[in-house]
Amino acid sequence: MAISKKTIERWHRSDIILLGGSAGSFKLLLRMIKSFLPGMDKTIVIIIHRQKNFHSDMVKLFAENSKVTVREICDKDPIKKNMIYIAPPNYHTLIEKEKHFSLDVSDSVWYSKPSIDVTFESALDVYADQCTAILLSGANKDGAEGLLKLRESGALTIVQHPNDAEMPEMPQAAIAINAAEYILTTEELLELLCSP
Amino acid sequence: MSNAPQTVSDAQLLELIDLVKKIHGFDLSDYSRASLKRRLARIMMLRRFVFYELKHALINEPRFFQWFLEEITVNVTEMFRDPSFYKALNTQVIPYLSSFQHIRIWSAGCSSGEEVYSLSILLNEAYISKKSFIYGTDINTEMLDEARKGMYSIRKLKNYVENYQLSGLPGSLLDHFTIMGDNTSIHDDLKKNTLFSVHNLISDNVFNEFQLISCRNVFIYFEAALQEKILSLFYNSLCPLGFLCLGSKETIRFPGFKNKFKVINSKENIYQKIGDQ
Repeated sequence: MAISKKTIERWHRSDIILLGGSAGSFKLLLRMIKSFLPGMDKTIVIIIHRQKNFHSDMVKLFAENSKVTVREICDKDPIKKNMIYIAPPNYHTLIEKEKHFSLDVSDSVWYSKPSIDVTFESALDVYADQCTAILLSGANKDGAEGLLKLRESGALTIVQHPNDAEMPEMPQAAIAINAAEYILTTEELLELLCSP
Repeated sequence: MSNAPQTVSDAQLLELIDLVKKIHGFDLSDYSRASLKRRLARIMMLRRFVFYELKHALINEPRFFQWFLEEITVNVTEMFRDPSFYKALNTQVIPYLSSFQHIRIWSAGCSSGEEVYSLSILLNEAYISKKSFIYGTDINTEMLDEARKGMYSIRKLKNYVENYQLSGLPGSLLDHFTIMGDNTSIHDDLKKNTLFSVHNLISDNVFNEFQLISCRNVFIYFEAALQEKILSLFYNSLCPLGFLCLGSKETIRFPGFKNKFKVINSKENIYQKIGDQ
């Protein structure tokens, strides 16, 4: 699927990029992070399923490979442009109207905390069509519902092609309910991120 | 009646905040909005209400409000949540606390009591439980009843066993419980020096002087102005050089408090009261 000029325009118009992933998404996220540039004039938010007590070096690894500042979200952090934010483990990450994050420890959604659905849904009222959401590889259905709601409110919604995903269930779940406006291969995704 | 998942618009949210304040005198206006919206949607789902039915119940059913308030608050907690916090407490705070003559601890927003009993176990392992007392407070009376029982399902406890192990304390969490079928009960000596009571962080005042206050993952539900107000309540409730523990993702951002608290552990958000003595 070739990416249309209009799609690229919408990508560039987005103030915020939400990236959701689970099992099998780490390597691609790392590649995506490498392609973001300090002058991008966008906020990147990454929601990746993580083990609750496992203080991995993931954030450190992302930071070392990024040209943009990477930060694990703290409660009430203001949402700034030219930053990459990572949702912390064992909390849901919510987006507030005043453009700051708030955290929530309520029950897991799809056995996940952070849940991609929760963050996607909270972005609806705040960003609507000024938002791009991308759902990557994963082994459950988290993110699909949230992606659909974002699509209905005018956001640009994209899923990784299931054939390219190490775990196709998550992209497939989104495709099944027609939440994805575009289904892109890994190479097409990276091409979009780097589009002039 | 509605079976469809409900959502709450910004206008509806404001209307409801106003209604609750006028009718019940409870101020939700400084609660984090995105989270409040999710809780309201959940309440409507549980009762199969559409929005006007929710308003109707709040206006016309006196007993509904208590339940509503209990459901608005998030009551998810774990024993030894964030094992690295308990590790830091054990190595950086307990030695200092031991030097106090009496140790009064306040677990604010204690929900079903898991944190109170985790602290009780920690004090017991440090051989200072005899001179310690832990107060657990919450606005949710139903949760306080749960907390007083000190009983948790074996399934729940299994999830806490790993936390305990990672906290570096000796033995197993199960050593502190009596198992009775599918249920477990915390040992009586760990319950002895605890008291659970109602306290509303938003409207109630200082009720004792404490050597340590733990209020973890409560601030996340409040906007900055309210956080600052409660921080002031905690400051006034602490003895000189007393400790304050916030959740690991909740930092003190207010310039007015930066020189009133010394950072003991920046990762776990453990502070010590200084200044203004």
